[in-house]
Amino acid sequence: MNNYEFHWNVVFDAFPQLLAGAFTTLHVSVLSMLVGIVIAVLLALGKMSNSKVFYHIANVWVEIARNTPALFLIYMAYFGLGAYGIHLSPYFAVFSALVFINAGYLAETFRGGFQSIPTTQYSAAKSLGMNNIKVYRYVILPQMFRRIYHPMTNQFVWSILMSSLGILVGMDELSGETQRLQSTSFRTLEFFMVAAVMYFVMTKLVLFISSLIAKRVFKGEIS
Amino acid sequence: MNLFTPLSWNDTGFILTGILNTVYISVVAIIVGSLLGLLVGFIRAESNKSVNMFLGAFLDILRSVPLIIQLILFTTFIGAMGYPLDPFVAGSIILSLYTMAFMSEVFRSGFDSVPENMVKAARSLGMTYMQTVRYVRVPIGMRAVFPSWLGVALSVIKDSALVSVIGYMELLRTAEQLISRTQQPLMILIGVGLFYFMISYPLSRYGKYVERKMEI
Amino acid sequence: MIEIKGVHKSFGDLEVLKGIDLTVKRGEVVSIIGASGSGKSTLLYCINAIESINGGNILVDGVDVHDKNTDKNKLRENLGMVFQQWNSFPHLTVLENAALAPQVVKGFSKEKAEAIAKKELIHVGLGDKLDEYPTKMSGGQQQRLAIARALAMDPPYMLFDEVTSALDPELVGEVLDTLRLLRDDGMTMICVTHEIAFAKEVSDKVAFFHKGLIEEIGTPQEVLDNPQKERTQQFLSKVL
Repeated sequence: MNNYEFHWNVVFDAFPQLLAGAFTTLHVSVLSMLVGIVIAVLLALGKMSNSKVFYHIANVWVEIARNTPALFLIYMAYFGLGAYGIHLSPYFAVFSALVFINAGYLAETFRGGFQSIPTTQYSAAKSLGMNNIKVYRYVILPQMFRRIYHPMTNQFVWSILMSSLGILVGMDELSGETQRLQSTSFRTLEFFMVAAVMYFVMTKLVLFISSLIAKRVFKGEIS
Repeated sequence: MNLFTPLSWNDTGFILTGILNTVYISVVAIIVGSLLGLLVGFIRAESNKSVNMFLGAFLDILRSVPLIIQLILFTTFIGAMGYPLDPFVAGSIILSLYTMAFMSEVFRSGFDSVPENMVKAARSLGMTYMQTVRYVRVPIGMRAVFPSWLGVALSVIKDSALVSVIGYMELLRTAEQLISRTQQPLMILIGVGLFYFMISYPLSRYGKYVERKMEI
Repeated sequence: MIEIKGVHKSFGDLEVLKGIDLTVKRGEVVSIIGASGSGKSTLLYCINAIESINGGNILVDGVDVHDKNTDKNKLRENLGMVFQQWNSFPHLTVLENAALAPQVVKGFSKEKAEAIAKKELIHVGLGDKLDEYPTKMSGGQQQRLAIARALAMDPPYMLFDEVTSALDPELVGEVLDTLRLLRDDGMTMICVTHEIAFAKEVSDKVAFFHKGLIEEIGTPQEVLDNPQKERTQQFLSKVL
C-alpha cells in the first residue's frame, strides 16, 4: 500500500544546509573530545592518586558520566543551569554534556590502559639507567597510547552519534538542521533518510581514517 | 528562589507513569534485544564468511546511525506507508533492534571464546551438534559475557530516554513537561538523574565484581 | 668490584636478606643458587637499587648504591640486568629495543646507538631479526634480546636473574650459550640460576643461599662436588 511519493529535489536544494549541519556535528564532536581528553587525564590521575579528595572528586564525576543518560546531562546544562540564571545556548549545552561524558569514559580508558602495562616494563627500563621521565616517555606512554587508541576512536564516533540529541534542544547540528528543514517542506522521510546516510558516511569515514592512521603509526605491531 | 517545594499528588503520579514507561520499554528492549542478539550472535559465530559479512553489514548500519534518527525515520516511514504505530510499539521495535545490534557482538564473542578443543572433545564423546550447543557452547560461552551483557543492558535504560522524540512519555519527557509546569527544573532533574543513577550504578558495580571474580 | 657488606632487606615484617656479605671482583663469574624465596633475586634488585635495603651497604666500584646522594640512574648504566621475564618493549623493533637506552640515556645519536645495538645483537645471534617485533619471537630469542639490550649500554657488570627459568627446555641452551660467550669475553657476571651444571661450568665462585643467608660459598668444586654444609647437601640432592 505504497501511496507515498518521494520528492528528492527539495532535499538536494537544501543539501548545503545539511552539510553545514554535519559540519556543526563534527566540530562539536571534535571539540568535546579535545576538552574531554584533557579533563580525562586529570580525572585518571585523580582516580589513581593517594589523595582522598582528588579520588572522590574524580570518582563522582566518572560515575555520574557513566550512569546517567546523555540527554539528562544535556537537560541539566540547558534547563538546570537556567534555574540559576545561566542560560547556555543549545550548542553549549550539548557541548558541555558531551565533554562531561567523554571525560568520564576516557578517564577510565586512560586509567585502564595505564594500569594494564606490567610494572616489569618500568623495572626493565629503569635497569637500563633511564630516569622516570624517560621511562614514561619512551616505554610506558607509547604502550599506553596503543591501548587507548581504539577506545578513543570509538568514543569519538559515539560523540558524533550522540550529538544528534541536539535536535531536542534546538541545536543546529545535523539532526537539528534536518528537523528544521523538513518542518518547512514536509518532506520528513526524505530528509531524515538523507540525514541517516550522512551519519553513516561520517561514522565510516572516521573509522577509516582512524585505521589508516593506526596502520602508519603502529606499523603492524602487536602490543 | 525555592528549590524544593514538594510536588503535588498529581505531579508525583505523573512522574511515576514516566518511570513505569521507562521501565516497560527498557525491559522489552533488553529481553527482545538479548534474545535476537543471542540468535544473531550464534549465527555469526557459527557461519561462513558471506553470511557473517551480510549480517555484519546490517548490524553495522544499526550501530552507525544515531538512535534518534532511527526512531524518527521508522515512525515517519510507517506513517507514510499508511501503517502508523503506537509510540510504545514503534519505540520498542527500534530500541530492540538497536539493542540487538550490540548484544549480538557480545554473544558472538562469547561463542567465539569457547575453545574449539572442548567442542571436539564433546563430539568425540558422541554428542550431536545440537547437544554440543546445549551442553558446551552455550554454558561456557555465556558465562563470560555477563559483564558485557550487563553493560549493554544498562545503556539501553539510558537510551530509552530518546524514545521521547517520537512521543513516548518516558521519564525524562515527563520530567521536561513537569518542569515547564512547575518551573522547578533543578529539583525534578536531580530526582530523575538520581533514579537513573540508582539503577545503573549498583548494577554496574555488581558487573565489575562478577568480572573480577571470573578472572581469578 | 662489587662489595656487599652485611646487607639486610625486609618486605614489611618479612626479613628476606639477613646479613649478606659477598665480593665480586672484575672478571669474576659468581653463581647464586638456592631454593625459591631464599632471597637470591632480591639481592640482585638491591645491587642495582630497584629495591632499597634496610641495613648494611653495597659498593659498586667504591660508590655506595643506597646513599641518598648517589645518582641511581647513572649507577644503573654500569649494571646491566636481565630478568626472568625478558620484558622486551613490545612497541619497538628488536633493533630499537637495544638502541633505545644508548640513545636516550647516554645521548648517542640514532646512528651511533643503532650501530652499537646491531653489534651486540649480532653477538648474541639475533643479527637477522633486527626489524622484527619482539612479541613475534620465541622466549629464547627475546631473552637474548634482553641480554643484547643490556650489553648495548656497555656495562662492566651484568646481573642475571634466573634468566632461563621461564623458558621452554629446548630454548634454554641458546641462552646459556650466550652467557658462556659473555664469560669468554671476560664479563663480570652475577648469575642467579637453577642450572647447576651450568653454574659449575662457568663460575669462579658459587654461593648457596638458604633463607636469607649465604650458607656456603666457594669454588664450584668445593660447593657443588663437595658440599660441607648439610643444607647444601640436601638442596643439591633434591635438584641433581
